[in-house]
Amino acid sequence: MHNPYLPYPVRIDQITTETEDRNLKTFRFVFLDPEDEKKFSYIPGQFAELSIAGKGEIPIGIASSPTEGGVVTFTVNKVGQVTNYLHNMKEGEVMGIRGPLGNWYPWEEMEGKNVVIIGGGFAFTTLRSSIVYMIHPDNRPRFKDITVVYGARNPGMLLYKDELAAWEQRDDINMHITVDATDDPNWKYNVGFVPTVTEQKIKSADDAFAIVCGPPIMIKFTQPVLEKLGFPAEKIILSLEMRMKCGIGICGRCNIGDQYVCKDGPVFSLAQLKRMPPEY
Amino acid sequence: MIPGGYGLPPSSKILKKDRLPSFLERLLEERIVFAPVRRGEVILIREIHAPSEVVLEYENAKESPKSIFFPEREPLFRYRTEKGKVEVDIPPGRERSRVVFGIRPCDARGLLLLDKVLGGEYRDPYYFDKRAETLVVSLACDHPNPSCFCLSMGGGPCSPEGSDLLLLDLSDGYLAEAVSERGAALLEDPAFEKSDEESLAVAKKIKRESEVSMKPVAMKENLEEHLERVFDDPVWKDLTETCLGCGICTYLCPTCYCFDLCDEAAGSSGERIRVWDSCQFPLFTQQASGLNPRPTAKERFRQRIMHKFSYLPKSQAMLGCVGCGRCVTECPVNLDIREVVKSLSGGNGG
Repeated sequence: MHNPYLPYPVRIDQITTETEDRNLKTFRFVFLDPEDEKKFSYIPGQFAELSIAGKGEIPIGIASSPTEGGVVTFTVNKVGQVTNYLHNMKEGEVMGIRGPLGNWYPWEEMEGKNVVIIGGGFAFTTLRSSIVYMIHPDNRPRFKDITVVYGARNPGMLLYKDELAAWEQRDDINMHITVDATDDPNWKYNVGFVPTVTEQKIKSADDAFAIVCGPPIMIKFTQPVLEKLGFPAEKIILSLEMRMKCGIGICGRCNIGDQYVCKDGPVFSLAQLKRMPPEY
Repeated sequence: MIPGGYGLPPSSKILKKDRLPSFLERLLEERIVFAPVRRGEVILIREIHAPSEVVLEYENAKESPKSIFFPEREPLFRYRTEKGKVEVDIPPGRERSRVVFGIRPCDARGLLLLDKVLGGEYRDPYYFDKRAETLVVSLACDHPNPSCFCLSMGGGPCSPEGSDLLLLDLSDGYLAEAVSERGAALLEDPAFEKSDEESLAVAKKIKRESEVSMKPVAMKENLEEHLERVFDDPVWKDLTETCLGCGICTYLCPTCYCFDLCDEAAGSSGERIRVWDSCQFPLFTQQASGLNPRPTAKERFRQRIMHKFSYLPKSQAMLGCVGCGRCVTECPVNLDIREVVKSLSGGNGG
């Protein structure tokens, strides 16, 4: 049986700076041993521990989709010791990935339904994974309407700008990109906070699931909008963040009640969260 | 369990005290032996090299023996980075089998909780490597301490749970009861002799008296659900008023297992190590963004109590407390977990 503490060795294949403040970079990794790529079989919504010898590990949502294959990508905010070090690493360097960890978005339950994806800031990573996964020709017929509301503070802080533009061109996905504010006269999308744009653009909760990822303040104000639209708590899906170490439900720090965010989550329905103590 | 079950005559024998050294000698030939030894004022469970080091007239060891299975600091792997490569070495497993001799039943029972937690969906290879190769011979308590409350936690001063062999002091010898097949195999040693009806009767009386001598903890029925209802009760603030957050309760606890993973590196090589951590420390849950879901001593203390008396009973069907009483005797501000449970049991339950 695989030692759950042992990372798979990977090479940094490509580094992309995502945001104008240069605090967010996307790292594309290739497994040194192709066999490890097979073992690292993941589903959108899961995360992994990025592991740097001598520095430690950080839990990060997987931004690539399993439909992409060959590579696995993560978008990392520069905020602590490990992420600061990672941001200074170069293409070609070798490090580790441990996972995949945690649960995933409820793909089986969402089959045949409308899916509304609501994201804010740099929490858009596993949502990117989900969108790429859903619009893949093999998967697109499995879902009805796909609608995306994605917001950032300003245009320069949006992730995956090229892909957003490409998705805008498609007719099988409804995109609603927004920024809190901008002085760019050429800005052609929405201006306004995510909850407000959600209220304007989402017309119905019929036969629909909503996946929400973003900063706590965005989630707090989006939740009543979705409830007013008629989304039941079972169909509002959230992904949580917590400080983690082991990622396998043992080390004891990421629990909310008897649920471990790393193992039983990070994906919970609002109905599940309402049954848990308010300690997150 | 051996055929016939625990405690039946075929699985028990007598070990006369004058034959104990010869038994330990033979154990030492085959295994690494851990046993209670005196270190200054206190008793600790340590590796021994001669039977004369062993002290069996003791109340309980200052520290729980969990570190024998789950060390305070343990390298998970070593690495060396060189020219775009990372070489990883995992430390080898046990070379010799081991025995933990003479620990108390509460501590042996504590191992059963560690087994559940570390043996869930992801099985911890480091823990089970040590666990599989280590026999547990425990020594029943005929005179429990005033701080002991194992009976209220589902165990007992003479509980066999978690042991392979259970010894009970009959003054001139020990009644040795096999609890597992591995324990029964130990009884094949020539130091053991047949038990008789009289010894069994005496043992029964000692066990009963020992249990009767323990003061029960006033604990509400269905405490795990009751605690969920009092999660926001102001009583937590009062209970935590004096807590220093030092974490000694968690370090000495035989069932606390929270840990940190960190890297110790020098140049291009280093180790990823696992070290004990504590839910009582502010940094335990502090996120890189600055957010801390358990920001004050109140939330951290509540987590410790909820984990032991609500979350673990729900997820593992076992309390996270075996009633050893170490946190009671060692707390610098005399926070008594029995009183805490009692206070919470008296709450209205919102």
